[in-house]
Amino acid sequence: MSALLEIKNLHAEVEGNKILKGINLEVNPGEVHAIMGPNGTGKSTLAQVLAGHEAFDVTDGEALFEGEDLLEMEPEDRARAGLFMAFQYPVEIPGVNSSYFLKAALNAIRKHRGEPELDAMEFLKLAKAKMAELDMDPAFLKRPVNEGFSGGEKKRNDIFQMSILEPKLCILDETDSGLDIDALQVVAGGVNRMRSENRAIVVITHYQRLLEYIVPDYVHVMYDGKIAKSGGKELATELEAKGYGWLEKGGAAPAHAGA
Amino acid sequence: MQDSDAILQERVNQEYKYGWVTDIEQDIFPPGLNEDVIRALSAKKKEPEWLTEWRLKAYRHWLNMKQPDWAKLQVSPIDYQAISYYAAPKSKEDGPKSLDDIDPEIRATYDKLGIPLVEQMALAGIAVDAVFDSVSVATTFRAKLEELGIIFCSFSEAVREHPDLVKKYLGSVVPYTDNFFATLNSAVFSDGSFCYVPKGVRCPMELSTYFRINAGNTGQFERTLLVADENSYVSYLEGCTAPMRDENQLHAAVVELVALDGAQIKYSTVQNWYPGDAQGKGGIYNFVTKRGKAMKGAKLSWTQVETGSAITWKYPSCILQGDNSVGEFYSVALSSLKQQADTGTKMVHIGKNTRSTIVSKGISAMLGQNTYRGQVLIGKNADNARNYSQCDSMLMGSECGAHTFPYIDVKNPSGQVEHEASTSKINEDQIFYCRQRGISTEDAVSMIVNGFCKEVLQELPMEFAVEAQKLLGISLEGSVG
Repeated sequence: MSALLEIKNLHAEVEGNKILKGINLEVNPGEVHAIMGPNGTGKSTLAQVLAGHEAFDVTDGEALFEGEDLLEMEPEDRARAGLFMAFQYPVEIPGVNSSYFLKAALNAIRKHRGEPELDAMEFLKLAKAKMAELDMDPAFLKRPVNEGFSGGEKKRNDIFQMSILEPKLCILDETDSGLDIDALQVVAGGVNRMRSENRAIVVITHYQRLLEYIVPDYVHVMYDGKIAKSGGKELATELEAKGYGWLEKGGAAPAHAGA
Repeated sequence: MQDSDAILQERVNQEYKYGWVTDIEQDIFPPGLNEDVIRALSAKKKEPEWLTEWRLKAYRHWLNMKQPDWAKLQVSPIDYQAISYYAAPKSKEDGPKSLDDIDPEIRATYDKLGIPLVEQMALAGIAVDAVFDSVSVATTFRAKLEELGIIFCSFSEAVREHPDLVKKYLGSVVPYTDNFFATLNSAVFSDGSFCYVPKGVRCPMELSTYFRINAGNTGQFERTLLVADENSYVSYLEGCTAPMRDENQLHAAVVELVALDGAQIKYSTVQNWYPGDAQGKGGIYNFVTKRGKAMKGAKLSWTQVETGSAITWKYPSCILQGDNSVGEFYSVALSSLKQQADTGTKMVHIGKNTRSTIVSKGISAMLGQNTYRGQVLIGKNADNARNYSQCDSMLMGSECGAHTFPYIDVKNPSGQVEHEASTSKINEDQIFYCRQRGISTEDAVSMIVNGFCKEVLQELPMEFAVEAQKLLGISLEGSVG
């Protein structure tokens, strides 16, 4: 059985600066992976490259999504195939109604899957049910996408979108940054509800705190554009105790995670 | 003077009698403009003498005027003698009595343009006064409106059937001496729409006109006059598309709105004339004068979505003459390809406690140049007049331009004027965010631009807003990525 996501020797740069220097990672359905590491080691770049952000040039290596060449796909095609990224900084889109935006996204994805598009009433019913789970006010739907939202509201909105779009692979890029403990619990609850044997989740975070709520199967530590160490969930606790400083002294071993 | 008038009059009659009778039978005039052409035009339309004279006065005035060049536009020279000043569709003079009487070819053209006239009428309950080239070929829902005493007909018909109303209000807001293009229009206007809403009547449906420019090399000179009598209300929709063609086409329309005491006029436009190709070849030149006069407690509201034409020169304005009158201007102007738009408004506060609002959204893409030009004038006696202006520009790409020229002139110390302006680039991160959610680039751009224009679009009547949203998306296809 082929992996959901298979990254081999991935190199990427932005404006000539090499950021990813040979990433290897395999993610299978049902797994939750955490990618940790100090700031500036390429965690977010990895997420952006996988999602298809055009600011980054892939210079070597490959990434396969269900055996397909992910890097050849347009960002919207990756999304339709089932790759979702929760943004570190979700953007505001003034004047665009949240409900309209999300319905357009969902129907683009449903169309790709060969499913019938939802009409406004069906969508509203679905959206309201999911919002209740995330403890969100249904009035959100009428507001422009993320406009005037607090940091926590934006993150919650991203998780809400994820729950509506039901992707196969969820990449959470520093979703915990800027969240207070209550918001963190709500967001983590939303993510945990998404856990299923058909879906994989990759959590990118600087802090171990989030992993107390979203307990990963595997933890990877990134350092200088590579995965320096991989292990089970206990690795996160170890990092919390030791910090990232020891990585500089070169405890790095090539990582091969996944079953 | 009287002598020369008399001689002139004689000459008019002579020319009409002998020189131009046969020409009147033609469906299109040969190119050229002189007094004889104007007389022939007027005669063809069976106009009363006062109107022929009015046209001639305008023409003589026009001869001493120069085409204005103050706008931020590059306009190729226009040869006014190379334009034909009258064209009519080939149909019997009596004109059609119902849709069934309309030339199937003309109806097919409407269909191709995506405007199913029949469907529109049936579904939306819109009274459509369709203008195909210069002559109205379809007028509907007349009976319903007549019950309420509302007159809605072609301008020519109004001249024939309601000459007193036309005579009273024609040129009362835009005098024939007003400006180069309005004066030319006054001399040669071909047809247009006329509407009169009686005292205290609320027009129950949106009145709509579809304009088309179709015959080659024919200048189109529409004249629209809307009169809302005391305490009445009317909402008027004007929408246009034009087929592809390869020559510049001049369009110089005049729209006059008269809102008497307590009346309200809402005038909405979606303009999508052929913008020319990517090299800027072949688009429509659109030089329009639109102005309304608001009497005591009256309200005028202009909403426009301008996506077409090679050149747009247009400043729908409000003369707030009566105390407590209100003027509004909501505008989206999109310039892509090599389009140039110099557009805005003029709010003239004369009465006390007059209020005006200006919301302008300019979008520039590819090589498009977009200029907002607005004037707020607060007169000496306009105590407590207030204006709020907001001008936002969005740039797509690095070769387009956005310019803002606000003119503010306050002559009364109690006047309050607020002006806000912003310029932004379409945000790549916003587009990426949409695409990451599965939305295509084109849909994302359309969505973001529509969001940017929301404050204006929400002023449009529902069915028009939907059309306008689609139009913005279509107009920007291929401009990003």
